[in-house]
Amino acid sequence: MSQSYNRGLIEDFGRWREFTAGMWAWIFHKFTGWVLVGYLFTHIAVLSTATIGTGVYTETLQSLESLFIVRVLEVGLLSVAVFHILNGVRLLMVDLGVGLEAQDKSFYAALILTGVIAIASVPTFVEGVF
Amino acid sequence: MSTHATQEQEGAEVDAGDSKPHSPHQDRRLQEKATREEQSQRESDERTREREETVEIKVFRYDPEVAEKQEPRFDTFHVPFEKGMTVLDAVMYARDHYDSSLTFRHSCRQAICGSDAFFINGRQRLGCQTQIAELDTPVRIEPLPHQEVVKDLVVDMDSFYEQMEAVEPYFQTNDLPEGDLDEQRQSRENREKIKMGTRCIWCASCMSSCNIAAGDDQYLGPAPISMAYRFAMDEREGEDIQDHRLRIIEQEHGVWRCQTQFSCTNVCPKDIPLTEHIQELKREAVKKNLKFW
Repeated sequence: MSQSYNRGLIEDFGRWREFTAGMWAWIFHKFTGWVLVGYLFTHIAVLSTATIGTGVYTETLQSLESLFIVRVLEVGLLSVAVFHILNGVRLLMVDLGVGLEAQDKSFYAALILTGVIAIASVPTFVEGVF
Repeated sequence: MSTHATQEQEGAEVDAGDSKPHSPHQDRRLQEKATREEQSQRESDERTREREETVEIKVFRYDPEVAEKQEPRFDTFHVPFEKGMTVLDAVMYARDHYDSSLTFRHSCRQAICGSDAFFINGRQRLGCQTQIAELDTPVRIEPLPHQEVVKDLVVDMDSFYEQMEAVEPYFQTNDLPEGDLDEQRQSRENREKIKMGTRCIWCASCMSSCNIAAGDDQYLGPAPISMAYRFAMDEREGEDIQDHRLRIIEQEHGVWRCQTQFSCTNVCPKDIPLTEHIQELKREAVKKNLKFW
């Protein structure tokens, strides 16, 4: 009895196939949250070029927007933000005790809606890059 | 005896219908459960017909007292299959016929004592409540995750019991009825409200499934919070006691650590809506702290 065995974290990402809807929602919410925090820093960095001069700001934006990868990242940013908002609403409902019976369905709905909005936004974001 | 039991059951059903109707969550959950059971019943019937004579189980083994067994491993047993066999039946057969050193806790074998919660095929389940025929083979039986393994399938439950005791899981009141021999009455609505919370069998499945509890050993955890809910919502306990209970659960490692992953609610063998209880206590705690008058 003096000795025991610690198996460590069993429910790590190696078991992702067994994760339930609530677990995935939690992981995605954390992930998108951190992405948005990271984005805020780059956002500030780009906007700060305006303090050097109006020309520098315009040039920075134009050169960034001419890159295909930036357009792709913009679509990614939109989908991350949309999912975070939708799941945030879902979590608000959970906190208020409303519709707990549909918490998994609302997560899937948030995912599908995010996908639809992201796809719908692609023409707008990619316009003029080629 | 049997007629008497049926009568009582019918009476109970009528009572429940008279008082507050079930919450829609509960109805939905029970309905889902019924469909699931129906399906697994069909599957298990099919498999009973198909299945060969034996079923293969893989059991986690560890024994600190024997030098060769200190390194954890899995042992495979081939157990003769019988219709209606549970996982607990299978490990008991393995212990009785193959290896008497195989160690696990069990007592009532009818999902009441809460001692045989195992990690079966990647999910916390009660061994006695899980039909072998419903599972994919080989059936993998491990001790509950996130608890120290003492031997084989036996885990150290001390920290779980400590957390349970921390919420003072017993009735206490200073709100006594006037007469010496008066009963402490509880309304039917109130009884319905706390009914699910009273079902807890202290099996620690929820605690083991909770990610937050795994990373924070001070977190009260699902079962203790639900137990606190069961008493905090009991109208027979006075306001002072309720305040005292809310003070316990609203601390840093109390209800606020719950991140609503619904893992506990998914694994609870007694279908307790744990997340619902935790969320309601969060709201109570906020209400109490916002009340400045």
